[in-house]
This record gives sequence, structure tokens and C-alpha cells, in this order.
Amino acid sequence: MFNGPWMRELSRMPWGIVLVTIGLAGFGMVILYSAAGGSLSPWALKHGLRFCLFLAMALGISIISPDTWMKYAWGVYGAVLVGLIGVELIGQVSGGSQRWLDLGIIRLQPSEFMKLAVVMVLARFYHFLPKGYETRPAALFPALALIAVPAALVMLQPDLGTALSIAFGGVVVMFLAGVRLWLFLGAAVAGLAAMPLAWSMLHDYQRKRVLIFLDPSTDPRGAGYHITQSKIAIGSGGISGKGFLNGTQSHLDYLPELHTDFIFATMAEEWGLIGGLFIIGGFGIILGWGIITAMQARGQFQRLLALGLTSTLFFYLAINMMMVMGLAPVVGIPLPLVSYGGSAMLTVMILIGLIMGIARQNKLPNA
Amino acid sequence: MSNEAIRQQGFTRRALFLGGGMGLVGAALATRMAWLSIFEGEKYRLASEDNRVQLRLIPPRRGWIVDRNGKPLALNKPDYRLELIPDQIGDLDAVLKTLGGILALSYDDELRIRADIAIQPGYMPVEVKRDLDWPTFAGLNVKVADVLGLRPVQAFSRVYPDADHFAHLLGYVGSPTPNQYKEQKDPLLIFPGFRIGKDGIERHEDRLLRGKAGARREEVTARGKVVRELDTRGDEPGATLKLTIDRDLQSFTARRLGDNSASVIVIDCVTGDVLTMVSMPAYDPNVFSTRVPTKLWKELQDNDHNPLLNKSAMGLYPPGSTFKMVTSLAVLAAGVPPGAGTSCSGKYRLGNNTWHCHSRRGHGFVNMHTALPKSCDVYFYAFGRQVGIDAIAVMARRMGLGQKYELPLPGQAAGIVPDIAWKDKRYGKPWNPGETLNTSIGQGYLIANPLQLAVMTARVASGREVMPRLLVPTDGSPPPEFPSLGIPEEHLQIVRQGMYDVINSGIGTARGARSPIDGVHFAGKTGTAQVRRITAAERRAGVKRNEALPWKQRDHALFVAFAPTEEPRYAISVIIEHGIAGGRYAGPIARDVLTFLYDPERAMKTLIPIEAAMKARREAEARAAAVEAAAVAEPETLMPSWLRMEEVTPPVFEIAPPDAPQPERDEP
Repeated sequence: MFNGPWMRELSRMPWGIVLVTIGLAGFGMVILYSAAGGSLSPWALKHGLRFCLFLAMALGISIISPDTWMKYAWGVYGAVLVGLIGVELIGQVSGGSQRWLDLGIIRLQPSEFMKLAVVMVLARFYHFLPKGYETRPAALFPALALIAVPAALVMLQPDLGTALSIAFGGVVVMFLAGVRLWLFLGAAVAGLAAMPLAWSMLHDYQRKRVLIFLDPSTDPRGAGYHITQSKIAIGSGGISGKGFLNGTQSHLDYLPELHTDFIFATMAEEWGLIGGLFIIGGFGIILGWGIITAMQARGQFQRLLALGLTSTLFFYLAINMMMVMGLAPVVGIPLPLVSYGGSAMLTVMILIGLIMGIARQNKLPNA
Repeated sequence: MSNEAIRQQGFTRRALFLGGGMGLVGAALATRMAWLSIFEGEKYRLASEDNRVQLRLIPPRRGWIVDRNGKPLALNKPDYRLELIPDQIGDLDAVLKTLGGILALSYDDELRIRADIAIQPGYMPVEVKRDLDWPTFAGLNVKVADVLGLRPVQAFSRVYPDADHFAHLLGYVGSPTPNQYKEQKDPLLIFPGFRIGKDGIERHEDRLLRGKAGARREEVTARGKVVRELDTRGDEPGATLKLTIDRDLQSFTARRLGDNSASVIVIDCVTGDVLTMVSMPAYDPNVFSTRVPTKLWKELQDNDHNPLLNKSAMGLYPPGSTFKMVTSLAVLAAGVPPGAGTSCSGKYRLGNNTWHCHSRRGHGFVNMHTALPKSCDVYFYAFGRQVGIDAIAVMARRMGLGQKYELPLPGQAAGIVPDIAWKDKRYGKPWNPGETLNTSIGQGYLIANPLQLAVMTARVASGREVMPRLLVPTDGSPPPEFPSLGIPEEHLQIVRQGMYDVINSGIGTARGARSPIDGVHFAGKTGTAQVRRITAAERRAGVKRNEALPWKQRDHALFVAFAPTEEPRYAISVIIEHGIAGGRYAGPIARDVLTFLYDPERAMKTLIPIEAAMKARREAEARAAAVEAAAVAEPETLMPSWLRMEEVTPPVFEIAPPDAPQPERDEP
């Protein structure tokens, strides 16, 4: 029993990373407890239970061999894409914007899974692409199409944040796969040139958000209010914060979305810079582990999958924190593991599970 | 190197590049956070404190106004209201709709609220509803607690127990105007439900009555809901103001005046205390302190009896024959012996013109002793002309005419005491001897307000430089000892005897004003001031009797008196606009008011027939009005919360040219 295959399996688990995720999610519970005015309901308890469930799931996923994922990569991508189209069609029929599929027992948000699926399918795409073909148009355009189709569908919902996240994950995989650098630079220049076009495609409320981001004082009582109040919450926390349960910005309703998108501000008010560094540091460890795992991984698929997923996680974190600190416009992206909300946590835990699977593979003796 | 190894090398390079990028972003985020919390921390801490804590004013209670005996003239009663601040209201329609479900707002209410919002700056509160009962108010506190801009207010509203009897003296309270807020910058002025003095003593002594606001620091949510109180500094209620007025006397006087357009002043000759200062008709300050219906305001403005004007201080009238005491004193001061006289044939000729005495057949031989009781005009024409206008003007000013007094009233009209220099300055023309004749009998350019006539009488009665006062000093200091006027006692005694004879001798013009009290005698002087131009045609056709003329063309009736004659204590002036004749109509009012000072019960009995007649007249009017109102049913609208009292102007009476010869007439 103690020397059996179970024990071996368990010893291969990245327990340090599990501990860090527990630490972050647990801190999330503490913040949600305070955000509810010192109460487990409605958020903290559910958050904890969900995390336990998803952690078990992530550990389960980590046992599945990355080769299996490679085998089914097209299938996964295709299934999620069908889901996305399905959501769009249902939305068209019911005459409103819809983002989830109701399967009766659970509501699935295909756009969330697409963040993972796009990385997976591109990793497989490049795994079998012979070295040196990456930048050829015959390889470039299919890869771009794999990114653009789902991103465009999500954009239609409209969900700018998720669409950007999908595109970011895909582009990172292309970069890592070795697509020529001048292409990225060229794309960046083209992107800048296309800004006016993109601007014209944005919805009014999105444009307003961008404008307000550039100058929050233009709308101190509307959307600029969110950014201003968030900065007040973070700044007033100082180094060590106002103390647990003592946040005023959050408890007196000055902070919007205090339990989801702006949870970092809620935290910072009570825990100060120290709490902020704890979260940044925790995620830094996870990201660093992801990068190392990727560099040690065997085979192009596993390398690309590990670092592509790590980058997707990074995108979540960076955009959310930049938003609450007034460095990015308000886009609805939660802080993984800490924010309340099922879909985002599910995605992130699957993401971590997949990376854990690759890490486990790295520890196996060479086949 | 294998293909795979080259791939891995390329990957590692780019992975490290990407990882470095992530590290940089992470460092940037940490730096940004440190910047916000350490370097800008102080600024954001203040901003968060500013969010959390709101300073709320506690409006002070307004000081009471009481009479000389401590009886309340103006006091406060609790009043629960709902007010809204337009600036903070998001969707007015939605809010009003919600409120309609709770408060039963009428269509008129809604119109008024919208009208108020339209004309007021957005930071000034607008009253939604007042006089809410306690259960409604308590319910509102819960239901509208998180509607931004709506505030249930527990305020105090002003109550004037004697309503219109004190309207002009006390004034009323109302919402501050936007300009007042701009000038004073006192946050109290935009506090919902706060009222300031708008007229009379309420306005003049506003600072004293207002008190000092308290403050309460409260923790509030983003939606304005109060979470808890942090600390409180109590308010300082306004000071109680004690007036020299005698509430019962003033109330009696107001009732005694009935429907007359009139003013009565009673002054204590020794202390200068103003015991009564009534101007009738008046408005109800209780209504004025809330909101005035537009219809009522129009009625008050259009009323030819001028209910909006404080006639006591702002009304100017020719003093008529009540001025003859001044002329007499000027004549005596010039060294004319009181026994010197002239023969009155009813006419006095100057140049080509003839001045008439009120007695057509003439009084025969008159000297000062008989000229005052008989009010013989010819005597005063002759001796006024002899001493000259400047001597008369000097005496008039000495007796208190042509000047304003130190009184807590927002306005006093100074009147005019004409002399040669005045005419030169005003018109650039030399003085005309005919004008001296008219001034000698209190006509011509000469005008005075009722208060001045009361002071004049008090000075004749006491021989001292009586100054009126309305406020009882708070430090309990004794009344001032007035200096002597410097007029020889014999002169004053002659004039006082003349005034005594006006009422008490067989030849007097006001025998109806005789005192009904045993052992107390009144002394007085009648006056009938002409207010219209008499045309040459009328003159030829013979002057019509006053009673036959339209109200506006009738003469003013005046009467001044003091009592008791033995040791003068009270002085009174009565003016009835277009009251026909001083002796017949103003005299009895003065008599009854003075009687009240000695025997209130006896005086009260005189009210019975007067008020019965008034009641009958009111009922007839109400019936007529009801018929009219049934014909045109119009929605009741309200005036803005502040009224333009500055626009209320005294009536302008048509006065004969100052040098026109006095025509024939009947009344002294």
C-alpha cells in the first residue's frame, strides 16, 4: 500500500502548487467573507466548496496523459466551437445576447473553454508542423483562422474581454512555436494603423469605457466612478490596510462589483500593499512553475500547451489588476481563484490541471 | 543537432522572453500598487474618509417672540415634511411616481413641485409635502431612505397665534432666496425646511432669532443611507425676543378697526415703549410662512386697502389739523402771546386767492385758547404766516416729524417737513407764502407716517424727547430718561389745555372721544386730510359731501390723543384712510383703545356691534364669492416660496397743489 502505484502517483503531484492555489482561494474566501459584511453567505462558503470540487477535478485531470489531449485536441476544439455557435444561434432566436448553454444541471459558457481549446489545438497544429514551415502562408493562415473564428464569435456576444483573452492565448502559442518575429512587429504596426477601424466596431458602452479610462474625471458618477472608487479603495489601504472587516469603501457600497471584478480593491483596502503582494507573489509562483514546466516538457505539443495556458492565466491576472489599479479600461474579467464566480474558476482549475498533467509527465522516467 | 533539439532551443529562448515580459508586468503592477498605497495613500485615505463621513446640519430652532408680559406672539410647532434636492434626484418622473403611491400627491402638488424645480437653482431644496402625520413620516423614513435627493425632514414651522393682528409688525418667515444663499454662504440656508425672517421684526432681527446650527457626523453608504452617527454638536436655539408690545391691547385694537384701512400706534410717553402698532387690513403670516396660494396673493395685491403694506411705518399721510399743535408751539416760541387773536370770517385772503376755514360762517374772534378746540384754520393761516415756514419746520422736526427712528423694522418712511431750503433743493424754486398757509394746517408738502404722529403726541404730552422702542432690552436695564425738549412748560400747558378742550369742552371738535372712565381724562386733536384735487368746476358747483364720494376720494380721518391729561402716560395716533372725518370716525377708535388700557372689559363691549356688522358683511361677500367661484373653478396654484414684498408700494394719494387755497369743506 505504502509503496504501491498510488503512493508513486501521489508523490508525483506538484503539492507546492496545490498549496499555493489553496492559499489564494482561501484568501479569496476570507475576502468574500468580509465583502458580505462578515458572513459566509452568500459568497464565501460557496466559493470554498466550489474550489474544493474543482481542485479535486484538477488533480483528476492531471492524471490524464498529455498525449491523450493531443489525440483529442481537434475534437475538443470542434466541440467547443459548436457550443459557441450554438450559443450564438440561441441568442439570435431568443432575441438577446446569451453567453451560456443551459444543460439542465449546469450552465456551460463555451467561450471560457475556448480560451483553453484554442491553445490546445494550436499546440497540436504546431507539433506536427515541420520545423521551418511556421511562417509560411500555408501554415500561417490556418493558425490565424483557428484563432479568429472563435474570437469573432465571442466578440459577437459581445464579450470583448474573453475575445481578447482567446486571441492572446492563440497568438502566444504562435509566437512560441517560432513564427517569425517580424510578423508580430508587423502585426503590431498594422494593429495600431487599424485602431480607427476597431474603434468604429466597438459598441458605444465599450467606447465610453475606453474614453473614461483615459480620463476618469469626465464621468465621476458613472463608469469613471468605478475606476476612481477602486483607486480610492486601494490607495486608502496603505501598506497594511484598514484591517479585516474594516473596509469602508466596500462595506458602504462605494466599490462596484466588490466580490467579482473589483475583489482586488476590496482586498487591498483591508489588507493593504502586503495583501496585494501576497496575491501577486502567489500567482508569480504559479506562473513561474508554468514556465519551468513548459521548458522541461517533452515534445512541442506539451511545451506549447503548458506555456500557452500559463500565458492565458497571466492574461487574466494582468488585465484584472491593471483594471482595478486604473491602468486599463473596465473590462469584465475576474481575478482567478479569488473572485467569486463559477465559470472563471472552473476554467482556471482545468488550466492548472492540464499544466499539472504535463508536470507529472516531466517527472515520469523516460519512456 | 536533431530537429527536436533545435525546436526546444528556439522555444526556450522565446519562453524566457515571454517569462521576462510577465515578470516585468508583475513588477509594474506591484510598483503601481505601492505608488497608490504609499505615495498617494494620504490623498486616497482622505478621499475614502470623505466618502464615508457626511456632515449633516442640525437646524437651530427659531427664537420665540413674546410681548411685554411674556405672552407668545410667534412660536414654533414641530412639522414633518418631505423635501427633495433637484440636483441629487436622478429620474424625477420615476421618483414622483413612487411618491404618488406613498403620499397621495395631487396633480396640483406635482405641478407646484415641477414649477419650483424649474425656477430654483438645483441645490435649493423643494418642498414635496408638509404637515405630514407621524405614521406617514415614519413610513417615509424607511421607504425613501435610499432614494438619493429625497429627505424626510423634521422641522419646526412658525406659528403666529394672533395671525393678522401682528402681521406687519412681526412679518413672517419663508425659504431663503438663492441670492441670500449666494451672499451669506451659510449652508443652513439650503437646509431642507429652513426658514428665515422675511418681513417685519422677523426679518430685521433674523440673526438673533435664527440661532446657531448644530452638526452631526454620520457614516453613510454610497446611496446616502445613514449607517450610524459618529458624533454630534448640538444646535443653539435662537434668542427669545421680548417686545414692548402689549399683545392684548394690539389684538383689541386690530379688532376694533374692523374693515377700515387704518393704522393705530400707542406709545408709552414716559418710556417710549410702543405698546401697539397695528396696520389693518393685513395678511395672515401663518399662511405666508408656508406657501401662499396665487389667488390669495393676487387678491391681497389688488385690494385697495393695501393689506400688504405696513401703514404704521410706511404709509405717509398729510397730518391735517393734528399738526396744529406744532404750529401752535412754533407761534408761542416766536413770542406771540396766546391771547393774541384774529377774527375768523370763514375766509382768509392772500393776494388774489381766498383760503377757506372749515367753518363756512367763521368762528368769530379766536385766540390760541379757542383756535385749537375749534380747529380754526384762519387763526393758523394768520399766525403761521406771521412766524414763517422755517420756524414751523424747526418745531416739526423737534417734535419728531421728518425722521426715522431706531426701530427693528425693515422699512420706515421719513416723510417730508418742508422749508425754504428744502424747496429750493428739491424744486429749485423760492418758497411761496401760500404754501406756508397750507403747511400751518398740516397740508401741502407736509407728510408724516402714523408712528411719527404718535411720537409727536407723546412729546407734546411729556415735554421730553421721547424716542419709540420696540424691543425690551435683554439685560433688564431701566427705560431711558429722555432729555427735555427745551420747550417752556407754559407753552406746552397751553397746547395740552387746547387738546383737552377738543374732547372735553363744549366747543371741541371731538366730543365723541370723551373718556368713559371716571377720573381719567383724554386730550386729543382731530385731523381730516384732503386727498384729492378739487377742480374749478367742482368749486363753482359747490363741494360734495365726503360720504357721497367714492371711497378712494374721501378724506383721511386722523386723531391723536394722550391720557390721562393730569399725568400723561399714553399717546395714541389713529389714521383711517379715506375715513371721512377725524372727529367722527377716528376719535371714537382712539377713545376705545385708550379705554382698554384702563378698563378692558368695558372696551371689549364696544366690539360686539362692530364685529356683528363685520360678520354680516363677510357672509354676504362669501355668498357672492361662492357664486363666482362656482362659475370659474380654477386649480389652486401656489406662489413661489419667496414673495416680492419689495414690490409693495404705498398708495399714492392725489394731493392738491401745495399752494392751492383751501376750499370750503365741512370737517375740521
